[in-house]
Amino acid sequence: MRKPKNGGVWMILPLYLFTIAFVAGPLIYVVALSFATANEGYGVTWSLTTANYTRILEPVYMKTFVQSFQLALTSTVLNCLIGYPFGYYMARLPDKQKKRAMIAIMLPFWVNSLIRLYGWIIILQKKGMLNHVLQSLHLIDKPLKILYSYPAVVIGMIYVLLPFMVLSVYSSAEKLDWSLIEAARDLGASGTKAFWTVTFRLTMPGLLSGIILTFIPSMGLFFIADILGGNKIVLVGSLIQEQMTRGSNWPFAAALAVILLVMTTLMIALYRKLTNAKKLEGMGWE
Amino acid sequence: MGMSRVKKNPRFAGFYLGLMFFIMYLPIAVVVVFSFNESKLPVAFTGFSTIWYEKLFQNDAMLEALVNSLILGCLSTFISAVIGTMGAVGLSKIRWRSKGAMEYLSILPLMIPEIILGMVLMAFFYMLGLPFGMLTLLIGHTIFCVPYILMEVKARLSGMDPALEEAARDLGATSFRAFLDITLPLCMPAVLSGSLLAFAMSMDDVVITIFINGPRVSTLPVKVYTQIKTGVTPEINALCTIMLGVTLLVLGASALVKRINKTGENADEKQAH
Amino acid sequence: MKNKLIELKDLTKNFDDQQVLRGINLDIYENEFLTLLGPSGCGKTTTLRIIAGFEEPSSGEVLFNGIEISKLPPYKREINTVFQKYALFPHLNVEDNIAFGLNLKKVDKSVIAQKVGRMLKMVGLEGFEKRDVTLLSGGQQQRVAIARALVNEPKVLLLDEPLGALDAKIRKNMQSELKKIQREVGITFIYVTHDQEEALSMSDTVVVMNNGEIQQIGSPTDIYNEPENRFVAGFIGESNIIEGHMLQDFLVEWDGFRFECVDKGFPENEEIEVVLRPEDLDIVSPDKAQITGKVISVTFKGVHYEILVETEYRTYMVHTTDYAEVGRKVGLSLGPEDIHVMWKMGAY
Repeated sequence: MRKPKNGGVWMILPLYLFTIAFVAGPLIYVVALSFATANEGYGVTWSLTTANYTRILEPVYMKTFVQSFQLALTSTVLNCLIGYPFGYYMARLPDKQKKRAMIAIMLPFWVNSLIRLYGWIIILQKKGMLNHVLQSLHLIDKPLKILYSYPAVVIGMIYVLLPFMVLSVYSSAEKLDWSLIEAARDLGASGTKAFWTVTFRLTMPGLLSGIILTFIPSMGLFFIADILGGNKIVLVGSLIQEQMTRGSNWPFAAALAVILLVMTTLMIALYRKLTNAKKLEGMGWE
Repeated sequence: MGMSRVKKNPRFAGFYLGLMFFIMYLPIAVVVVFSFNESKLPVAFTGFSTIWYEKLFQNDAMLEALVNSLILGCLSTFISAVIGTMGAVGLSKIRWRSKGAMEYLSILPLMIPEIILGMVLMAFFYMLGLPFGMLTLLIGHTIFCVPYILMEVKARLSGMDPALEEAARDLGATSFRAFLDITLPLCMPAVLSGSLLAFAMSMDDVVITIFINGPRVSTLPVKVYTQIKTGVTPEINALCTIMLGVTLLVLGASALVKRINKTGENADEKQAH
Repeated sequence: MKNKLIELKDLTKNFDDQQVLRGINLDIYENEFLTLLGPSGCGKTTTLRIIAGFEEPSSGEVLFNGIEISKLPPYKREINTVFQKYALFPHLNVEDNIAFGLNLKKVDKSVIAQKVGRMLKMVGLEGFEKRDVTLLSGGQQQRVAIARALVNEPKVLLLDEPLGALDAKIRKNMQSELKKIQREVGITFIYVTHDQEEALSMSDTVVVMNNGEIQQIGSPTDIYNEPENRFVAGFIGESNIIEGHMLQDFLVEWDGFRFECVDKGFPENEEIEVVLRPEDLDIVSPDKAQITGKVISVTFKGVHYEILVETEYRTYMVHTTDYAEVGRKVGLSLGPEDIHVMWKMGAY
C-alpha cells in the first residue's frame, strides 16, 4: 500500500540496466539473428529470411531433433520411474532420516557435474571397474562396451538430472496430508487404489515439474553426449555448439536456440496452467 | 489402523533408497579413491600414493586455469552481490508496472538451458565487438550469478518488517542512511549465503564458459572438460578431488551462514509476538 | 485555549482506485492526548502515516505550527513514531536502538549516554543498556520503542496501536504508564487504536473515524454520552439504538411510548434515533414502568448481568447487578437523562 519512494530508483537502476543490456539484449539479438542470412565463411547478412527455420526441417537436422527428443524422452521416463519412488519414499521417512536424506541428495547437486560424469567414465570404460567386477564374478566373458554408446549417455543424463526429479516429487509428497490416505482407506479403498486415487493425484504437480526440469535440460546437455557418447550421439545442444564453432552458421544456431527456448517457455507455461503454481516445485535453492 | 501404518514405508523402500544413494555417490567415491591410487589404471586399488597430486602441481596450465577461475569467481560474485542486493532492495520499494517483468527477466538466466545462454552471449558479445576473454567471462558469469543473490536477499527482505526502515527514517535517517544502517546489515547474512552460492556456480560452470572464453583464457572446469574428453588420467582424479574439497568447504560455510540467517529470522519472529 | 500544533485541512488519500481518506479536518493542540479511534480500514493509520511523513496526502494540507509540511520527508519533522510491532532494530542492543536518532544528529557521546540513561529510567528499564532487544519481553520492547522515540525530544509522539501485540494484563499497565509518561514529557500524543475502552480511558480528545471520514470529535465523556450518530453509538460501547420521532423539544416518542428527554433543537416530528446505554436501564416491577417485557436470557459478565428483555416491539439489552430469572415479566425504567437523541444516519 505504500508509495514508491525515490530511494528505490537509484537502487534498482544497476539491475535494470544490467538485465536489459545483458539478458534482454542478447535474447532479442538472437531472435533477430535467427532471421538473418549466414555468409559464406564468417559473418551474417541482415536480409530477412525464414530459411534457418525451414532448414531445421531438413532430414539430417530433423534426425537430430528426433534423436534428442527420443533421448530426452527415454531419460525422462526412466527418471520418473526411478525418481518417483525415490522422492516418495524419502518424504515418508521419519523426520530425522528425512533431513539426512535431503542433505545427501543436495550434496551431489553442488559437486561439479564433470567430476561426477568422470566417475562414470572410470566405472564404465572397457578396462573399468564395472567390467572388472563382472568378469571376476564370471558373469561375462568379454568386457561390455558401454562407454561411448547410447546407454552410457542415458545413464549420464539420468544421473545428472535425477536429483531435480527426486526433489520435485519429494517436495509435493512432503506436503501431502497423510490423513487423506487414511480417509480413502477408511472409505473402503484398497492400498493400491488409495495410492492411485489420492497420493498419485496429489503428487502430480511435483512429478510434472520434475518432468519439465529434466526434459528441457536433456535436450541441451551436449557435454554429457560429448563425454559419455563419444561423437556418436548428436543432440540439438551439440548441433548448436557445432554450428557456433566449426560450422560457423550462427543464424542457424540462433534458430535452433529459439526453437529450444520456445519449447522451454511453452512447457513452463503448460506446467503453470496445469498446476496453477507460480514457480516450479522443488527448485533446489528456494 | 493408525497413522503409523499408513505412513510406514514398505520394507524394500529402505533397500531402494540405500541402493540409490550408493549409486549416486559411487562415481564420486571412485574419483576420490583412485586419485590416491599408485597405479595409473583405475581398476583396482594397488596402493596409496600422492604422486598424482604432485604431478598436478607441476602442471602450469592447470594452475593458471585455477587462478583464472578464482579471479573470475571472486569478481563476478562481488559485482553480482552489489547489483543483486541493491536490486532486491529496490524491487521491494518500487511499484512500477515493469517490476514483475523485470523480476522475471532477471532470474531468467537460471531457467533457460545453459547452452542457449552460452550461445546467445557468444553471438551478442561478438556483435558488440567485445574481445573474448576475461571481460566477456566476467559479464557472462555475473549474468547467472545475479539471480542467486537477488533471490536470497529478496526472501530475506520479504521476512523483514518494513516498519524497521520507516522507524529509521522517522528517527532522522535519510533513506540512504536507513539503507546503510538498517536494511543492509539485516540483509547481510542473505547477501553472504547468496554470494557463496554464486561463487560455487561460477567455479562450476563449463557450458557458458566454453562459448565465451576465447582461445587464450581457460578456467579450471573447462580444462577438466577438455582433459576428460581426451581420456582418463589419475591427475584429473586428483584435480577433481581438490575441486570437490573446495566445493564442500564453500557449502559448509554457506550452511553456517544460513544458520546465522535462521537465528536472525527467529529473532524477528520473537519480536513480533 | 491552548495553541494549535497540527492542522489537517481537507485531507484526502487515494490508493490506486480506492479512496481511504475523504476530507479529514482536524486540529491538534499542544500537550493533548488525542486518539484516532475506528474499525480497521477506517483511515486512522493512514492519517497517522501522513502526519509522520510516510505517506503524502492526495490533496489537502498538513500544517505544523502553521507551516505546510505534507511534502517534508519524515526525518525533517519534529515528530516521532512508536510502531505497531515496535520495529526495534534487531541487530542493535537497547542502548544503540535508543541512541539511533541522536547518533544520526552527531550528538556528543557523553550527552547521548546521559540522555539514554534518563530515558531508560523514565520507562523503568534502568540497567538494560546492553541487552539484546530481541530477547526482551513484549512490554519491555514497547518501553524501548517509546524511549527511542522520546529521546529525540519531538513535539509530537505518534503511537500506532502500540499495545495491540501485548496481552491484556500488561496492556492495562502500559495504558496508565503511557498516560503518566505523556504528562511527564508534556508533549502531544497522537494515538491510534480500534479499542474503544483504551481510547476512552487514556485520551483528552477522541476522534471517531469510519470509512475515511471523521464521525465525531470530543472528550471521552461527550463521545460516550452524546454520540452524534448511530455509528459512534454502536462503536462506543454496546447500546440499544431505536428509531423514533422528536415530537417537540424535550419530548421523544418510539414504539408509541412518549418520554421526556434533555435534547432539543430538532425539527418537529423529525425522525431520529435514540441511544439507550444498557447500564442506564433498570429492571423494575412491570407496574412501575411504561415499557414492559419478558426476560429471555441472562448472562453473568463478571461484575454485572447482561439481561435481554423482549417487548412487543423489540429486544432491549440491560446491564444490571440485580438478577432476574428467565421468563419473568419485568418493566424497564429510564430517566430523561438516560435518553440520547441523535440525528439519523444519512440525514446530513
